[in-house]
Amino acid sequence: MAELSGHTAGGRLREGLRAYRLIAGMWIRSTMAYRASFVMTTFGNLVATALDFVAILLMFSHVDALGGYTLPEIAFLYGLSNTAFGLADLAIGSMDRLGRRVRDGTLDILLVRPAPVLAQVAADRFALRRLGRVTQGALLLGWALTRLDVDWTPLKLLLMPVMVVSGCGIFCAVFVAGAAFQFWAQDASEVQNAFTYGGTTLLQYPPTVFGKELVRGVTFVLPLAFVNWLPALYVLGRPYPLDLPRWTAFAPPLVAVGCCALAGAAWRVGLRSYRSTGS
Amino acid sequence: MVVDGGFIEVDRVEKVFEVRRRTGFLRRERRQVRAVDAISFRVARGEMVGYIGPNGAGKSTTIKMLTGILTPSGGRLRVAGIDPSRERARLARRIGVVFGQRTTLWWDLPLIDSYRLTHRMYRIPDARYRANLERCVELLELGGLLDVPVRQLSLGQRMRGDIAAALLHDPEVLYLDEPTIGLDVVSKAKVRGFLRDLNAERGTTVLLTTHDLQDIEQLCSRVMVIDHGRLVYDGPLAGLHEAGESERTLVVDLERELPPIELPSARVVRVEGPRQWLAFPAGESAAVLVARIAAEYPLVDLSVREPDIEAVIGRMYAEKAVS
Amino acid sequence: MGAGRLYAAVAAGGFRRYATYRTATAAGVFTNTVFGLILVYTYLALWDARPHLGGYDPAQAVTYVWLGQAFLAALAIGGGGVEDELMERIRTGDVAIDLYRPADLQLWWLAADVGRALFQLVGRGVVPFVFGALCFPVSLPTDPLTWVAFLGAVALAMLVGFGIRFLAALSAFWLLDGTGVLQMARLAGYFCSGMLLPLNVFPGTLGEVVRLLPWSSLLQAPADVLLGHADPLGTYAFQGAWAVALLAAGRLVQLAATRRVVVQGG
Repeated sequence: MAELSGHTAGGRLREGLRAYRLIAGMWIRSTMAYRASFVMTTFGNLVATALDFVAILLMFSHVDALGGYTLPEIAFLYGLSNTAFGLADLAIGSMDRLGRRVRDGTLDILLVRPAPVLAQVAADRFALRRLGRVTQGALLLGWALTRLDVDWTPLKLLLMPVMVVSGCGIFCAVFVAGAAFQFWAQDASEVQNAFTYGGTTLLQYPPTVFGKELVRGVTFVLPLAFVNWLPALYVLGRPYPLDLPRWTAFAPPLVAVGCCALAGAAWRVGLRSYRSTGS
Repeated sequence: MVVDGGFIEVDRVEKVFEVRRRTGFLRRERRQVRAVDAISFRVARGEMVGYIGPNGAGKSTTIKMLTGILTPSGGRLRVAGIDPSRERARLARRIGVVFGQRTTLWWDLPLIDSYRLTHRMYRIPDARYRANLERCVELLELGGLLDVPVRQLSLGQRMRGDIAAALLHDPEVLYLDEPTIGLDVVSKAKVRGFLRDLNAERGTTVLLTTHDLQDIEQLCSRVMVIDHGRLVYDGPLAGLHEAGESERTLVVDLERELPPIELPSARVVRVEGPRQWLAFPAGESAAVLVARIAAEYPLVDLSVREPDIEAVIGRMYAEKAVS
Repeated sequence: MGAGRLYAAVAAGGFRRYATYRTATAAGVFTNTVFGLILVYTYLALWDARPHLGGYDPAQAVTYVWLGQAFLAALAIGGGGVEDELMERIRTGDVAIDLYRPADLQLWWLAADVGRALFQLVGRGVVPFVFGALCFPVSLPTDPLTWVAFLGAVALAMLVGFGIRFLAALSAFWLLDGTGVLQMARLAGYFCSGMLLPLNVFPGTLGEVVRLLPWSSLLQAPADVLLGHADPLGTYAFQGAWAVALLAAGRLVQLAATRRVVVQGG
């Protein structure tokens, strides 16, 4: 049976990506059925994230530094956080609808299709309007880079894309884990907002702003600090929070892989529980 | 691996749910519910079986186990030699499922787009896909609808569209959950006719749950009745009448109001002026009865009413509940 | 049944309906608390640099954050009020049924929204606020009269909030798909109500304009009453004027809309 694709890990991944592409494509076509609405919500998405930054600009109309960081430095953190989170949100941001699917029974439809359920749920309601946040994050990151006085080294240059990709991976893991949680608590979709939207808001500010306990929590428990804080502080040449060693700036890929593995395990346990209880 | 010819093999399969009920502000009570209780049956390739029972009897739980959605708590289950819960995705290529109340079609897109997705997701060879689509379009009368967004289709059109979607990959078994629910008479007839042809021409095995007993009467040679998680009847439709001790009703119009007719083989269940209703066992001949009444009473007119199958099943459930 | 009792029953129904979603409420409480936590730290950093910014001291700024989290769901500043359902009923045409009810459309939905808001205030607002008050230095009045005055401002905020959202929802009578309008209304609400930053911190002309807009009635006005930063009567007058203006506008639009429905034959 090993020759059948879908029975090896690589085969499953390929099958999953293929199903994801197919379903995401259908959703893009569906949104295009309401073109005006699509244009408006995309614009709205962009405005929403922009207003977010306007609040920071307003703060800087009163101060020169927040938590010891200048505006370009904060824009740098902000841009990295929003780009990484925006990509994850674009890719699998509708996973928080899983609870609803469990409640109304439409998850069963996905279970009788010959494709991995995770891929189908991840592609659910795929929405290009979410490009708004990525765009805003990337623009701000670009602006910050022109204003910052960084001593670029090859290592720092390499760290930039690695940071964005790893950060996206960490946020994806949060989305998957949050969805897995909904197998047990179907109405609890808002809980994951605290970690996804809340997480990206937190990372927009430097760690010096927050209490030690909170920083410890997002370093050792839910390792959001690896999305941008540690690698970005390395690039900026700033001291790390909690006296962490210098190499932690290069840990994000490992942390992302670890998070994804854990989230995947949580997903499998959740799905197995659904298939044995049906609720 | 097919053990003994059964295409669908169900051996003492059970499904136990743990239900938690809130009994106080924070207190909860745990209770085990046997949704499916050690049922066994075999369905041969090409059979068309009706699966009926009241709401909550375990019908959809059984279907969910057969399609690999739910894992059984015990027993052995095989469909085409595959263990559904362990090889869900592999089984999915060989079965078709239609959920009567939940469409699998894409709401905002033209009908054809949903079929194109199925084409690619199930990796149906192009020629096969085209042939199957053409056939479904013709027999289910979908010709003018392929370019219409699904949200604009009527309930009957959508159901036909859903059935076509479930058949494009040549499934060997088709599970239908309430395929005629909410449809008008014409749509019901179209759906039934199509299913009959499909079964006859392709030999597709069909298992359908329904509340509409006409579905069963017109389609299925075999009926399984489930109640409280147990299989209470498995056999031909005709046998249901005996199992349910069903009765036919003879309605006679006499010349004038008379006391209830007294005969050993029938009993009067209702009198309304000169009209009387007599119930007699469904297995007995009405002619003998009519001859005796005509000989002893001033008969004007008469008619025979066939047993109401819903009442039959209702009686079966009632008996099981008592015993 | 008297009109008052009818609307009271509608409000009670709105309250009960939201009260049934216990898990969702708990999840919302959790999320509001986390967001409050993040916001508090950023405000503290800001007030650390400018201790008297906007006339608030740091404890008042912290109090403002937790008030915002307590109001977010209750005043449906980020969405989630009855406007979604109303818009859906307009879109599907079910609103025609509402028009035949022996009740006023606007008052009916206002009652339902007030019921919802009261539940959200108690169910979702109190816990984050108490958490904030216990874990951070806050500035709460000791005079019970201030609390009473505060509750009055909250009640008016509910009216203004509904007035804005009712108008946005009625746009569905003319637009095929009103979700864009609702989204814009929410964005404006989020920014202009001071959820991101207190309006008294907004600089220059922007600050002056934003403090005159109806959204300043939602969070800023009750907060200033609670923090002893504004005179209750003046605040009531401002909120009341907006409430009257918005509800009257809503009534006019409703008249135009129902005439349209009647002309089209429902």
